[in-house]
Amino acid sequence: MVSIDVRNAYVDFPIFDAKTRSLKKKVLGKVGGKIGTESKVPIIEALQDITMSIREGDRVGLVGHNGSGKSTLLRLLSGIYEPTRGSSRIVGRVAPVFDLGIGMDNEISGYENIMIRGLYLGMTRKQMQKRVDDIAEFTELGNYLQMPLRAYSTGMRVRLALGVVTSINPEILLLDEGIGAVDSAFMNKARNRLVDLVKRSGALVFASHQDELLLELCTSAVWLDEGHVRQQGSLREVLTAYKGKDPYESIGAEAAKRLGIRSSTPVGSGYTS
Amino acid sequence: MHTISTLTSDQPEEPGAVPSGRLPASRSFRRAFDDLRAGVAARELWSHLGWQDIKQRYRRSVLGPLWITISMAVTAFALGLLYSQLFQADIATFLPYITVGLITWHFLIGCLQEGSNAFIENEDMIKHLPAPLTVYALRTVWRLMIMFVHNLIVYAVILAIFFPALAQPGYTIIEEGGIPQPGLNVTALMAFPAFGALALNGLWVVLLLGITSTRFRDVPQVIAAISSLLFFMTPIVWSIDILAAKFPETGGGWRQYLYEFNPVYHFLEIIRAPMIGNVQSLHHWFVVGGFTVVGWLLTIVVMRNYRSRVSYWV
Repeated sequence: MVSIDVRNAYVDFPIFDAKTRSLKKKVLGKVGGKIGTESKVPIIEALQDITMSIREGDRVGLVGHNGSGKSTLLRLLSGIYEPTRGSSRIVGRVAPVFDLGIGMDNEISGYENIMIRGLYLGMTRKQMQKRVDDIAEFTELGNYLQMPLRAYSTGMRVRLALGVVTSINPEILLLDEGIGAVDSAFMNKARNRLVDLVKRSGALVFASHQDELLLELCTSAVWLDEGHVRQQGSLREVLTAYKGKDPYESIGAEAAKRLGIRSSTPVGSGYTS
Repeated sequence: MHTISTLTSDQPEEPGAVPSGRLPASRSFRRAFDDLRAGVAARELWSHLGWQDIKQRYRRSVLGPLWITISMAVTAFALGLLYSQLFQADIATFLPYITVGLITWHFLIGCLQEGSNAFIENEDMIKHLPAPLTVYALRTVWRLMIMFVHNLIVYAVILAIFFPALAQPGYTIIEEGGIPQPGLNVTALMAFPAFGALALNGLWVVLLLGITSTRFRDVPQVIAAISSLLFFMTPIVWSIDILAAKFPETGGGWRQYLYEFNPVYHFLEIIRAPMIGNVQSLHHWFVVGGFTVVGWLLTIVVMRNYRSRVSYWV
């Protein structure tokens, strides 16, 4: 069984190279976490008093405006940041997909990059070797996989990275937004793989601004605001509160078809399972 | 299905007796050991990354990693030639002495210099992927070990050429007043446990310096500043019997503290002495053993307290 428990967790970033004085002036800024100034080193309280628990089968969407702490929360849930106050426990192998470019080496071939990325995501070399063909087919990169990555276009890099991360079997999948930047034909293909990946994973936390993807992948949601949890609950409830309108009212016809709902679906169906 | 449940935040938390179970604290020895264990277990990852680093450094060059060997051969030969003449030493014994000294020095200083950058240079990875810190430390040590092995080719060649001189019991490194050395024999096998000790110490040095350097960015600068001083203070291009021979009546006197207080000397000597058939002194092993124990204890404490801070600091 996989699970993540976070209790009264704070994530405070020390900012060593900033002058305390100049930061003090910015304390009142609306965007970003609260900046504490009690200590000599200025501290950004990126997350405050987070308490949540994720169990096997959970599909959690993270919403909130820029700088509300979504990415930091994902890092907290992945174990990259351990809470500075409070506590957390992660049971299960976490596959974080935050930045598709990370761990990609420009000078080595696509194949080699697939290997390294896979190893980082907790796969073994043998498991990755089995998946290489599948990834090659999905990415449509063909002989390009032999080329060093610096010969790739931005879109090709994203394809490669998406190919790798969607080929693994994650126990806990953490997805950050920004899985875009590919042409739309490929995105449809990627979307299907993404959905498959989510189905395979034991638990999902997904930070996104795209309602349609959230509705497709998630069942519940957390609304972050200035570093603390403003609301937790079912996806529709939270999205309605966050956007100020029912998300089902504004989704496109195509997306509605994919989700298998009619736009007049009453609250409570279509997204619970 | 009730997906997200708020844990009992309205209940007062009693120490040790919270019904839903107290979550493990970040700062615990268990977490520090877990990091070490998981790091070592990710052998495929760090060995791949370490080897990748080497290939990366010599990419698109025709000779590739062979350049490590070549540059070591050139340096060792030139320095061996010069210093053997300066100190009136026999090149057949002085060249192997300098070669093994240089090879080991590169490993030792690498642990200090690359160790202090081990986490800083992996900032992106540390901030994006949850991997044990030990993985990055092992990557660094593994990379240095690969370099060491490449350099051993130079040693092998030199050994093949100068074996008769080195195997001669009672040979001296310098011609006048040198300490008679036992010559190469079966005790050369002590080089293997010695290398193990070097690697074991390398790991804690990299972990300790790596963590310290992420917080205090002056540490890598300090190490860079003292590294050449350390090179000249350590008996690498000179040998301790040169110093002793200058003061025959006292055998060096207080001057021996110049190297005896230098930890690098002891780490160097445990592996150099067996490799070129020099006198092996147990006191080097005691010093190294002491450093291993104290160093690891210190590192474990630092790991316990600051391991979880590294991702905040890098």
